[in-house]
Amino acid sequence: MTAITDSLPAPPRAIRDEMIVFAVMATALMIVPLTGIYPFFVMQALCFALLACAFNLLIGYGGLLSFGHAMFLGTAGYFTAHGLKVWGLSPELGILMGTAGAAGLGVITGAVAIRRQGIYFAMITLALSQLLYFVYLQTPFTHGEDGIQGIPPGYLFGIFDLAKPTVLYYVVLVGFLGGFLLIYRTINSPFGEVLKSIRENEPRAISLGYKTDQYKLLAYILSGTLAGFAGSLKVFVAQNASLTDVHWTMSGEIVLMTLVGGLGTVFGPVVGAFVIIAMQQYLAGFGQWVTVIQGVIFVLCVLTFRRGVIGEIAHYLRRSL
Amino acid sequence: MQALYAQLLVGLINGSFYALLSLGLAVIFGMLNIINFAHGALYMMGAFCAYFLLNLAGIGYWPALILAPIVVGIFGMILERTMLQWLSGLDHLYGLLLTFGIALIVQGLFQNYFGSSGLPYAIPDELKGGINLGFMFLPIYRGWVVVFSLVVCIATWYLIEKTRLGANLRAATENPTLVRAFGINVPRMITLTYGLGVGLAALAGVLSAPINQVRPLMGADLIIVVFAVVVIGGMGSIMGSIITGFALGVIEGLTKYVYPEASNTVVFVLMVLVLLVKPTGLTGRAA
Repeated sequence: MTAITDSLPAPPRAIRDEMIVFAVMATALMIVPLTGIYPFFVMQALCFALLACAFNLLIGYGGLLSFGHAMFLGTAGYFTAHGLKVWGLSPELGILMGTAGAAGLGVITGAVAIRRQGIYFAMITLALSQLLYFVYLQTPFTHGEDGIQGIPPGYLFGIFDLAKPTVLYYVVLVGFLGGFLLIYRTINSPFGEVLKSIRENEPRAISLGYKTDQYKLLAYILSGTLAGFAGSLKVFVAQNASLTDVHWTMSGEIVLMTLVGGLGTVFGPVVGAFVIIAMQQYLAGFGQWVTVIQGVIFVLCVLTFRRGVIGEIAHYLRRSL
Repeated sequence: MQALYAQLLVGLINGSFYALLSLGLAVIFGMLNIINFAHGALYMMGAFCAYFLLNLAGIGYWPALILAPIVVGIFGMILERTMLQWLSGLDHLYGLLLTFGIALIVQGLFQNYFGSSGLPYAIPDELKGGINLGFMFLPIYRGWVVVFSLVVCIATWYLIEKTRLGANLRAATENPTLVRAFGINVPRMITLTYGLGVGLAALAGVLSAPINQVRPLMGADLIIVVFAVVVIGGMGSIMGSIITGFALGVIEGLTKYVYPEASNTVVFVLMVLVLLVKPTGLTGRAA
């Protein structure tokens, strides 16, 4: 795996930089409800930002390109929505159920997918998510094309009324920041260092005695679980769970967000998610032109802008972000 | 029994498309080290090209069978010259992402102008009707697709495995620098190879136009199945791609007869089984 990023183990100064950026980001997001910005947009973007961060953990630090991450988003969404609506679970149990479902899916698909590397890994994850798409298309509990709609928001921990947009906003924000910090901690842990060494040179990592398959599988499961957590949160924001969340176009969008923001950067996926969601919001009336524009962004990013927004800034400042 | 034979025939036809497409993917991957995500979109372009030739220029099926692959092949070669060639030396994944972007652009543009519904393309007069084989009724066009695809696949195999041009090609796959030292223009060969792979996809598109209708998204879901076919067969062998393609089509047809609910997923399930038993694919070497 060459040339995904040129990041080196983070020196103390870099950690400090990242902490400052994190504080700025968290503060900015906390005051959003006071500014009059449409909170629904920011909530949606936060869910996708966490999803893209989880995806980035795999590609940016493990060198594994998953082209099927929508399966975690959709599976967790369906599980949470079904738990809330049909079984009448409380929101926290619904989120737990969705996240656990994604984790289980990660264990099963991971055991299959990590048997091949590189380009094959991408094709296998894509095929697995398509398999799941057809399963969800046919099983009754997902309600096919209609999806699961009209999900009751409920009270989180019996206290927080998720029907109120401001309360929901802070719940989603806390979920996002928690997931983000978990990923950040993982990247900078000994586990993360081993993962980076696998990305750079797997045979060498093997010869140093690391069971690389186990590391890759664990990273895959962690990434899938967090992606599922984002999918569960998204159910409360969108109040539905539908087939679009499992479709390969969604997997492509996740890849695009991370690519635009910067593969293998800490903050890149967040920026990429906001850019792409904003673009979709802005161009919603233009039908299939959105697809064309997304394709153009893909092509331009790969040909001229491989570091992404944050990657370019970090390169310019000579810092790691 | 009639239904079984009919489904087997449908399976063979789908198998023809899998074989033509996975063959093209394998040839392109061998030379360019790129998994061509745009393959499905180019297959669709082949079908649309035949449709335009008929409706705008009055050019029928038989010339389209040759013209469409050439036109789309040239389009592919332009893509290779203007974009794909800049990716050599980068991680394989960038090739996948770039061609995915190209597929989105092409499919999005066609959807803008033609919506998502299918456009009809008539079966040529010479191939209308059918033959009663005693045990089943064989529509001539469907038989033609299977036989013609098989001939094209074998011709491609012959070109690559048995001719001097193919020998140069295989040598350039192994070691491009050395082949260049012998005075062979490797970059031009890469461009032509991409054109050949794309042309095969476009040919499959023309063949499928009278059967599946011409739709902007006709290649989008197909390419994912073909990826699974490629994972099962491995990309190391040309003949392997052909046989795997046809075999999986037949298995899919059988599934449609035995347990229709699983016909969408059977290829993916087989992929999982193959990965569990023999991770390198049936014919492939370790990647």
